[in-house]
Amino acid sequence: MAGGQERILRGRIRSMQATKKITRAMELIAASRIVKAQQRVQAAVPYSEQITEVVKDLAAAGANSSSPLLAGRSEVKTTCYVVITADRGLCGGYNAGIQRAAEGEVKADVLAGKGYEIIPVGRKAESYFRFRGYRLGQGFAGFSDSPSYADAKAIGQHVVDLYASGEVDRVELVYTRFITPGSQEVVLRPLVPLSREVVQGGDGKAGSDDGTGGDYEFEPDPTIILETLLPRYVEARVYAALLNAAASEHAFRQRAMKSATDNADELIKNLSIVMNRARQDSITTEIMEIVGGAEALGSGKGAGKQVRIVDFGPLSNPLNDDAHDGFLDIRPASALAATAVGVIEPDDLEGEIEGIGPVIGRKLAEVGITTFKQVAQWTAEDAERIGDQLDFRGRIEREDWIGQAKAAHLAKYGEQL
Amino acid sequence: MAATMTVEVVSPEEVLYSGEATMVITRTLGGGEIAFQAGHAPFLGALTENHTRVFLTDGSVEDIAVHGGFVEVSNNKVSILSDAAELGSKIDVDRARSAKQRAEERLRHEHDAEAISALGRSHARLRAAGITV
Repeated sequence: MAGGQERILRGRIRSMQATKKITRAMELIAASRIVKAQQRVQAAVPYSEQITEVVKDLAAAGANSSSPLLAGRSEVKTTCYVVITADRGLCGGYNAGIQRAAEGEVKADVLAGKGYEIIPVGRKAESYFRFRGYRLGQGFAGFSDSPSYADAKAIGQHVVDLYASGEVDRVELVYTRFITPGSQEVVLRPLVPLSREVVQGGDGKAGSDDGTGGDYEFEPDPTIILETLLPRYVEARVYAALLNAAASEHAFRQRAMKSATDNADELIKNLSIVMNRARQDSITTEIMEIVGGAEALGSGKGAGKQVRIVDFGPLSNPLNDDAHDGFLDIRPASALAATAVGVIEPDDLEGEIEGIGPVIGRKLAEVGITTFKQVAQWTAEDAERIGDQLDFRGRIEREDWIGQAKAAHLAKYGEQL
Repeated sequence: MAATMTVEVVSPEEVLYSGEATMVITRTLGGGEIAFQAGHAPFLGALTENHTRVFLTDGSVEDIAVHGGFVEVSNNKVSILSDAAELGSKIDVDRARSAKQRAEERLRHEHDAEAISALGRSHARLRAAGITV
């Protein structure tokens, strides 16, 4: 029924409004976190720039390191992918984009007959790859929206160990680079071994302004410094990636939640229109029902009266035995006409005919007998049948109601029946 | 006025200190304490846990606990890079004390590297906070 539909719609609108409140709150939270995350990205820049400088200067100064982090392997058999995703969903295509990129790389490796290992960072990456049966290394999770340096350090140490132990021959970072709040991109960056251009790009002219060139003093010797420095460098790279990913996550979430809020608005609008229409429909139907019912009732009463009058009228139609239903029988039109339906003024049956008291008078009135004429025109059979039916058998003949009625009619109307 | 140089103490999460100073004292890995003044020759060193002092131009001293890292000196600029460094004014002395006691307790039973570095860190913190150890 229409009312039920209206209730369902009202429920849907309410739940949509509740959802909208949630998405709106998430949107605002994400928006405020973008700013913070962006500041953290900025704050990390000086350190990574300086550490890069130091690495370059060291390399330029001829630090000769046999560190495995620098020496690329001649044959890359196994690649390790550090896949940085969020811990939570509700951030649009953020996780899906990274997972797709990483999965594509892994599949290419598998096709090429090479090994792979996935280090999932963030719960989403872990569940995604675990569900699909990929080979997973140690996972890291629980800090995707505000990573600390300690988190980066743990990841960095883990991959450096993996690389040093020879389990993997290359480590790549898959993460989302934060460019502006409006644009981010999924990138794949080699992490280990450290790319030659970073290390060798040292211009060696630090301090060259005063002509000292790359003549650094080292304490302890450069090789040891480089070896302690390189893991730090890897950590700094991971940290920068984590911060970028966090900022991107917030940006994605903000966008996703904004469009969710907009969609909720749209849905609420559409549902309200449908609901109002349903409500109007049901009101219209109700009114129609009331009007129709009133009409049916009104016409039904009128017809009933006419039929009753006819029933005990000039006896053109004797009632059958189960006549108590028959009261409402529709009589032939001729019978109706014969009784001259119209204004029938009731006579004082109770006052003029001896034997008709208030009780019998009411009973007779109920079946439509109110005039002397009606009673006077009864035949003997009519009298018996009516007497039977109204439960005053024999009295009609005994008290000669028909004769009394004729006399009363004559007295009142001057007409001999 | 003494010649000055630029000093930066940088951790991955923030720039702890950046400004002019007359002298910086820190401690390198295995080399003991070293001081830098304006015009120092280019220098690169790995640092151990230490209490680094930055002597500012107004005569005050900035105390910083540096838990390992690197120092680079070039172009009259001293950069200290550390993955964990704290300003002396922000150090929780009670925490550092209890960390020191825990480390000492452990070292009494066994000689493990982690406890030694923990002890070093707590020492650096306490000294930077102005407490003699």
